[in-house]
Amino acid sequence: MKKISIFLITFILIFNTKLQAYSSDPKTFIEELVNEAILKLSDKNLNNEEKAEFIEKVALENVDIKALGLYTLGELRKSSEKSDLFKYQTTFQKYFLKSLTSRLTDYSTSKFEVVEADKKSSNYTIVKSKIIPTDGSPEIKIDWRIYTKNPEKPLIRDLIVEGLSLARTQKEEFASILSSNNNDINILIDKLEEFLKN
Amino acid sequence: MYSKKITSLLTSIAIFSLLMNSGIKAADECFEGLSRSIFKFNMAFDNAILEPIAKGYSKLPDPIKDGTSNFTSNIATLLSIPNSLLQGDISGVGNATGSFLINTSVGILGIFNPAEKMGLKPHKEDVGQTLGSYGIGPGCYLVIPVLGPSTARDAIGLIADSYIDPFAHITIREKELFGISGNDIDYYSVRGTTAVNFRSENITNFNSIEKNSIDLYSSFKSIYLQDRENKIRNSSDTQDDWGSLDN
Repeated sequence: MKKISIFLITFILIFNTKLQAYSSDPKTFIEELVNEAILKLSDKNLNNEEKAEFIEKVALENVDIKALGLYTLGELRKSSEKSDLFKYQTTFQKYFLKSLTSRLTDYSTSKFEVVEADKKSSNYTIVKSKIIPTDGSPEIKIDWRIYTKNPEKPLIRDLIVEGLSLARTQKEEFASILSSNNNDINILIDKLEEFLKN
Repeated sequence: MYSKKITSLLTSIAIFSLLMNSGIKAADECFEGLSRSIFKFNMAFDNAILEPIAKGYSKLPDPIKDGTSNFTSNIATLLSIPNSLLQGDISGVGNATGSFLINTSVGILGIFNPAEKMGLKPHKEDVGQTLGSYGIGPGCYLVIPVLGPSTARDAIGLIADSYIDPFAHITIREKELFGISGNDIDYYSVRGTTAVNFRSENITNFNSIEKNSIDLYSSFKSIYLQDRENKIRNSSDTQDDWGSLDN
């Protein structure tokens, strides 16, 4: 009986993990992840809270939020105190997740197609894709910057929508705040916290 | 009379050289305080006038919106012809000219876009892009009332556009071309409709940026500068500035 229970628990754990894990091939990884996201976000039986929960879970597992936070901080990441960096990273993660869920919960049905994968180096692959809205709007070209240093666990670092990098936009937005506030990382953290309160 | 013209020309060249100084990066501001004030004015203008019109426009039936978008886009193609020529892009000249002629004739004054179905999809080119293709940097960043984000190079290009754009030539310059002429109202109606069409296609995007930005001015600045870089390169491929950021 005990053996059966252990077997069942192990089976459930393995099965569950398999359901959530995506392929390690960057192209298939994006294909699987986005198609699952489209299914969930267009599911009328899920409310916004459930959708937000799903987005957060997927983002935490598959987006390199830590690296994104450091990238958006620019050169300041090299000179900041460890404690400030830690505080910034924690706040940035919350900011990123809130901003992401706000963008995606109102998602309207679209078709998604991965076009090709372009391996730039051993660390990066750009997966090119397009979204074809079903309401007849023009298709949207989206490139995914995938960090592949660990080939078993690809991570998304940036989304480039029609040539516009979301990470770069964020970085330049933060740079402007920092440059007008004597490069004080705490002012940036305050601004992010203010955003989280609203 | 002539000395006044020469003085204005020399002043323009001096300002142009100052703003285009190679030491200035696009991220640098010409006059940030003023640009931020103009940006606030533009946002108020957008909220009060442009966005409501764009929302109304977006409710029109699709064939009307498509026809309007095709019509304004076809007229905009005219500016790409001299600019492609100035960039030495002969296939671009052919594409833009072919597209304009086919859409104006078979596509009934540009309301339909048969050229695209025939594989003719010209890049939109302007003088700012042409100067960029010559290696001239963007100069500093500024915001123009109503028109929005720009750079020193693109602002100069905008003025030059009105001199080499055949459509501007026959409307605001009131000249005749192949027996066709128009007036100021034609020019500003087309430009206004282009703006409304663009705004209506981007209602969700604008709302999302407004909602998620902690410094909206800088977000628009970044988006504008990235877009211009892509247009000059005629490519939307991303450039790698992640360096050796490893976890």
